Amino acid sequence: MNRYPLWKYIVILIALLIGGLYSLPNFFGEAPAVQVSSAKPTIKVDLATQSRVEKILADDSISNTGIFFESTGNVGSIKIRFSNTDIQLRARDLIQQKLNIDQNEPNFTVALNLLSNTPGWLSALNALPMPLGLDLRGGVYFLLQVDMKGAVQKKVTSLATDIRSQLRDKSIRQQGIERGPDSITLTFGSTEEAEKARSVLMTSQPELIWQVKPTGLSPKLVGEFKPTALKEIQDSAVKQNIVTLNKRVNELAVKEPVIQQQGAERIVVQLPGVQDTARAKDIIGRTATLESRLADPIVSTIAVGETPPPGMDVFRFGENRQGVFKKSVIFSGDRITDASAGFDQNQRPAVNISLDAAGGRVMQEITRENIGKPMGMILFEKGKGEVLTIATIQGEFGSKFQITGQPTTESANDLALLLRAGSLAAPMEIIEERTIGPSLGAENIEKGFTSLIIGFAAISVFMIAYYLLFGTFSVVALAVNLLLLISVLSMLQATLTLPGIAAMALALGMAIDSNVLINERIREELRNGAAPQTAIAVGFDKAWATILDSNVTTLIAGLALLAFGSGPIKGFAVVHCLGILTSMFSAVFFSRGLVNLWYGRGKKVQKLAIGQVWRPQEK
Amino acid sequence: MEFFRIKKDIPFMRHALVLNAISLLTFFAAVFFLWYNGLHLSIEFTGGTVMEVTYPQTAPLDSIRTNVEKLGYADTQIQNFGSSRDVMIRLPLQRGADGKMISSADQSAAVMQVLEPATSGVKLQRVEFVGPQVGRELAIDGLLALLFVVIGIVVYLSFRFEWKFALAGIIANLHDIVIILGFFAFFQWEFSLSVLAAVLAVLGYSVNESVVIFDRIRENFRKYRKMNTQEIIDNAITSTISRTVITHGSTEMMVLAMLIFGGPTLFYFALALTIGILFGIYSSVFVAAALAMWLGVTREDLVKGERKPDDLTRNDDPNFGAQV
Repeated sequence: MNRYPLWKYIVILIALLIGGLYSLPNFFGEAPAVQVSSAKPTIKVDLATQSRVEKILADDSISNTGIFFESTGNVGSIKIRFSNTDIQLRARDLIQQKLNIDQNEPNFTVALNLLSNTPGWLSALNALPMPLGLDLRGGVYFLLQVDMKGAVQKKVTSLATDIRSQLRDKSIRQQGIERGPDSITLTFGSTEEAEKARSVLMTSQPELIWQVKPTGLSPKLVGEFKPTALKEIQDSAVKQNIVTLNKRVNELAVKEPVIQQQGAERIVVQLPGVQDTARAKDIIGRTATLESRLADPIVSTIAVGETPPPGMDVFRFGENRQGVFKKSVIFSGDRITDASAGFDQNQRPAVNISLDAAGGRVMQEITRENIGKPMGMILFEKGKGEVLTIATIQGEFGSKFQITGQPTTESANDLALLLRAGSLAAPMEIIEERTIGPSLGAENIEKGFTSLIIGFAAISVFMIAYYLLFGTFSVVALAVNLLLLISVLSMLQATLTLPGIAAMALALGMAIDSNVLINERIREELRNGAAPQTAIAVGFDKAWATILDSNVTTLIAGLALLAFGSGPIKGFAVVHCLGILTSMFSAVFFSRGLVNLWYGRGKKVQKLAIGQVWRPQEK
Repeated sequence: MEFFRIKKDIPFMRHALVLNAISLLTFFAAVFFLWYNGLHLSIEFTGGTVMEVTYPQTAPLDSIRTNVEKLGYADTQIQNFGSSRDVMIRLPLQRGADGKMISSADQSAAVMQVLEPATSGVKLQRVEFVGPQVGRELAIDGLLALLFVVIGIVVYLSFRFEWKFALAGIIANLHDIVIILGFFAFFQWEFSLSVLAAVLAVLGYSVNESVVIFDRIRENFRKYRKMNTQEIIDNAITSTISRTVITHGSTEMMVLAMLIFGGPTLFYFALALTIGILFGIYSSVFVAAALAMWLGVTREDLVKGERKPDDLTRNDDPNFGAQV
């Protein structure tokens, strides 16, 4: 009766194998590495950069233990692992020197980093160590709140300017434009005039719902944002701010920054290893500006180092060219209301740009006079200009125009992002901030794991002393539980935090419950005179219902924490819930397998090594 | 080894009235301290800044206090954290002249500036700043989570047993929660997010205990047709008490390890768990079952609609028809 069919043992073996494999990377530790990332918005780190780095290292016969290319969103980075810190430092200096043509204006950031020592075959299986949270490795954490009212207000302002010029073009006379927090109110002399304006604006400003309100002598036309339009404004504001933040954080040369949207209007920024909050904040809060200028019609670009024509400004363009521009600015970045990637009439990738009315008027004037001449967009950060694009003016256009000449849709997308990201779409405010020193992080890890190990040891000693062989089975099952939990967390790439370690310890403390339940039930069956084999079978069966019940109630609490918790609580909840699930497998299915393997092999079992079974009648 | 050698059923329920009275008193004491002292909420809930600094030698708390007070903070807390060399400085939210919130980086920079000349070697370990809007949200989310757990457990228990048990189970365990909170209010221990997590985890965990006893009560109602409700409950508690103590004991071993070796960050988390686990044993044994008894749980509530053992539809219940 206490035998598992072969397939159950195979399931156990497979689970152990996978568990072992995926928890393994956590024990390899970290090796010194060098990380190469882009220092400029116009420079991309890609596979071509990787082969350049490989060549630089090969030329100086510096051996590495692995080169990895990573790309998140559209920001790529290369990491090269070395066997010791001496080689790491030498390689860093070398790459820094050779990859950057101009040392004063580096195109690439080359930073020291740590990389997991996991062998390649494990990484190839996607077996990676759990990333450590900031509380375990030190760093800075910001929670930023995007000011949505500000974003909408900005949109309202630019729309109001547009509307004024549109009505003027159609010779509709209005007596005043009022800007509300998310609406625009126009006053007219007569209802007919208001209706006329309404029919015009209905087609030209479809994001708003237009309604005429006849109030006495001066009827009003009220435009309110449609809910979908409002949501779109907010979404794009958050996205644009994230792009801007990404660019700025890149400059800090942080090892693995995390910049994520949280909820509808918040952004989380995590900068591991950064200690100087003031500087980090300075960089995050900085604003960049975008300018559009006419380029020199004769030579629009020159090589780096060449002297520019007199009276012209030069700005870096790509890796080794410079753009030559006139000094006067056509429009600046805040005139851009939208920039998005699309296609032109020949299905070539293009960037569609919308300017506000004022920008459009200037643009019209300039383009009319300069057809066939080049113009460009320059992004200024920290006072340094960086040319994003130079294009030839094809005709006269106003507030809406296209820039073509982008080789791929991807690069068109990048350019659109950069044009939008020149400034933050909406102001942001830091609403939560944490800085953890690296020594505190190391201490947290150590203390967390020490208590886990001591707790585990104490439970083991007690279980083995109290339940003998069955206690040993329980301890093995508990160890398997820990193994599975770590491997599942590693597979999910869940970030390990101190609350996570605490949850792990608690999960083990609670998981042993199931084994105690089973062992107590078996003893009880024996006490009531059941034969050993029957006692095992009945004990496991009867305990199962109780184990299920108790795990469900614990899981309810875990899920509530997962649903409503944020930050540190979420980390706790994830581990807590997963720990309950793995404990069901290890404490019931796996430990039964062990018992069956030991006692179920057919020979007659006289006695179970489950510790003393006391019977009242023996006395 | 066997700790529990109980010959006869212990008449727990005979003392139910006294024990419930004690529970009620503890409960009201906890409520009183919650009302009178209030919880010492961490900055995660109130908003504000916490700084942790470390000194190479014993930290001069008094001079730190006078120095920080010079900066014009009305309500600061300065205390040792973990060891005599580590100091935790808690600053309230402060608005600048322009009415904007002063950021924690500026606050901590100002504090470090006044601390540095006084004693050499002071090092900033950690800064945490929480804006007021986040705090309010966390408090609301915490209450929602508690509500979710309570409803979830009541629904589950009603479905698994019946409403009297569900009600008894949840009251017993909420009583634990209130007592944990009462402890935190009485001693003015810091109530942080991780303590909240511990409280909710303990709620889910100690309901187990009630479930185990209820399970036994149901089994006994089926098995011992001649016993009355009180005897059935006594027998159920007696036969599960060794399991109750051993499981809680082993969980507590792990929690104690965290309490002793986990450092100051895990201390209150482990403390909340410890109180929760200890009171969990008490309330499951004495409060939950007794409440179910007062609510008038009967054999008919649990075994109604029961069919013959050979009925195939009952095969999914592993306990059904168990013969000993």
